[in-house]
Amino acid sequence: MLQHIVRRLLTAVPVMFGVLLIGFVLLQVVPTDPATVRAGPMATPDVIEAIRRDLGLDRPLWEQFLRYLWRLAQGDLGVSIINNVPVAQELGATIGPTLELMLASLVWSIPLGLLLGTVAAYWRGSLFDRAVMAFAVAGVSIPVFFVGLVLIWYVGFKWQLLPFTGRGGPIWTIEGLRAIALPALTLGGVFVGPIARMTRTAVLDVLSADHVRTARAKGLAERLVVLRHALRNALIPVVTLIGLQIGFLLGGAVVTETIFSWPGVGRLAVGAILSSDFPMAQGTIIVLSLGFIVINLIVDILYAVLDPRVRAS
Amino acid sequence: MSEAPLLDIRDIRTVFRTSAGEVPAVDGVSLSVAPGRTLGIVGESGCGKSVLSLSVMRLVPRPGRIASGQVLFQGRDLLALPEGEMRSVRGGAIGMIFQEPMTSLNPVHPVGWQIEEAVLAHRDVSRADARGIAIEALRRVRIPAPERRVEEYPHQLSGGMRQRVMIAMALACQPKLLIADEPTTALDVTIQAQILDLLRALQAETGMAIVLITHDLGVVAEMADEVAVMYAGKVVERGPAAAVFGDAQHPYTLGLFGSIPRLDDESDRLLAIEGTVPPPFNLPAGCRFNPRCAFADARCRETLPPLAPVGPNHIAACLRAPVEAIAA
Repeated sequence: MLQHIVRRLLTAVPVMFGVLLIGFVLLQVVPTDPATVRAGPMATPDVIEAIRRDLGLDRPLWEQFLRYLWRLAQGDLGVSIINNVPVAQELGATIGPTLELMLASLVWSIPLGLLLGTVAAYWRGSLFDRAVMAFAVAGVSIPVFFVGLVLIWYVGFKWQLLPFTGRGGPIWTIEGLRAIALPALTLGGVFVGPIARMTRTAVLDVLSADHVRTARAKGLAERLVVLRHALRNALIPVVTLIGLQIGFLLGGAVVTETIFSWPGVGRLAVGAILSSDFPMAQGTIIVLSLGFIVINLIVDILYAVLDPRVRAS
Repeated sequence: MSEAPLLDIRDIRTVFRTSAGEVPAVDGVSLSVAPGRTLGIVGESGCGKSVLSLSVMRLVPRPGRIASGQVLFQGRDLLALPEGEMRSVRGGAIGMIFQEPMTSLNPVHPVGWQIEEAVLAHRDVSRADARGIAIEALRRVRIPAPERRVEEYPHQLSGGMRQRVMIAMALACQPKLLIADEPTTALDVTIQAQILDLLRALQAETGMAIVLITHDLGVVAEMADEVAVMYAGKVVERGPAAAVFGDAQHPYTLGLFGSIPRLDDESDRLLAIEGTVPPPFNLPAGCRFNPRCAFADARCRETLPPLAPVGPNHIAACLRAPVEAIAA
């Protein structure tokens, strides 16, 4: 098990390097010059040139990348071009709210998706099954921002039930909970459908398996047959598929944070990219990619926990 | 056959709903087995023998259902029991093992846990006691070091070991009847022999009755006291093993015997029964075996033959029985 985790961590190193390289190159391709941005609209070419030298932007690309890696290795993510705040400091302040939002989204959407998918599979072909599937297809097709806007318009604005801008405080306070409700509903809402659909397929598959027949022949109650023998085994493919949806989740987080003004990494990333704040954009890319790798690692560990055959190999 | 039967299946009919209407997979089968005895049910794939066994357990998968008949077990009709009571019969009074030991155990739970689960479903004991019973059950099926084996997962065991685990699980609650559906088919020959020996020994120890479902006549010959031959959802011949093996009266039974390779036979071809079992949605008129039968005549194509006595306790469903008369 430990070996499994270490191996996975080692494979994350080249992935991370690739992420850094691609992030670096992407920002070079963008047709904006950070030195011009920093200097402001009134600056003379001399000033811009001085800033460019100051930021090291006059060096060859490979040298810029190596310097960047070297600083990164020392924990220095650079300073924001826009407001001179250290990137690490900004990231530190935004990671918490992003994690909070993700947790609040997953903590209800995963159990609900599992439940809907399992019940739909068990009563395959029923009205409930068809309703869940229609809901799932809708969930896959409706974009996150649309769900968010509808919730903001009705629940937040028209009916004035819940706040829809910013974070209300720590999540364990009433204000904090109220503020996170709509963003978490939005981000989790688009996740329920895919999970329900995957769970339904996986449970249907397992329900016809020989060992489920054995469980019934043992005289187990139907509830136990479904929980311990159908859903338990179906979790293995479902967890794998959830792992594949992580990019979707992170992308959704960026959009959700932006429309709800949630002070997280996603909104920071969008702001940084829009204002050509290169160091900040690179910092957010690193954090989001790290998030991707970490969640993938968690999924991998879960996979081994769920399937003894993986543990052994 | 004087003893009151433990299991008495009466005229059971199990149908499957298809786009072509309801088709019978088991069509009016009556069979019985006495305590401590072994009934062998033989037939080709698709003859309905597995559906019959699932019907007894009321585990026929959708879209199948038991349309009519009775399954009397110790005098009670299982088909009339509420689901809750039926559950206590499954795995309690009647144990069942299946063909595929590779897939019949849940791959994600340790084997001991799976046996304990069966014990806890039927007996009011603690987890620790259930563990003890599981270890004892594994010891009874001759699994070495059962204290260690309980922790292992199915993929860590060989096919023969897994089938032993299945047997241990089925017998953990000391059932009166064991239904074994092709218990040795997926195993290689030496393991087959071990499993059959084990079943016989366990039967001697516990006095349970066995319903042994197989397509393998060799297995039946070795194990069964009574034999029933099924074809296309119906029993075509039934009687004491010695009578059916020594004096088969149905052409289908004779055909099955003809397709067993013999060491003393010098011919280099096996006798095969031409054709295949007709599917339940396309049964021929008259005797269901008539299109494949060497002895069929005009009557056989019109009349569905009833089971009629052909010897002591020995019945067959053939209009042309006894076969000696045809040969003469």
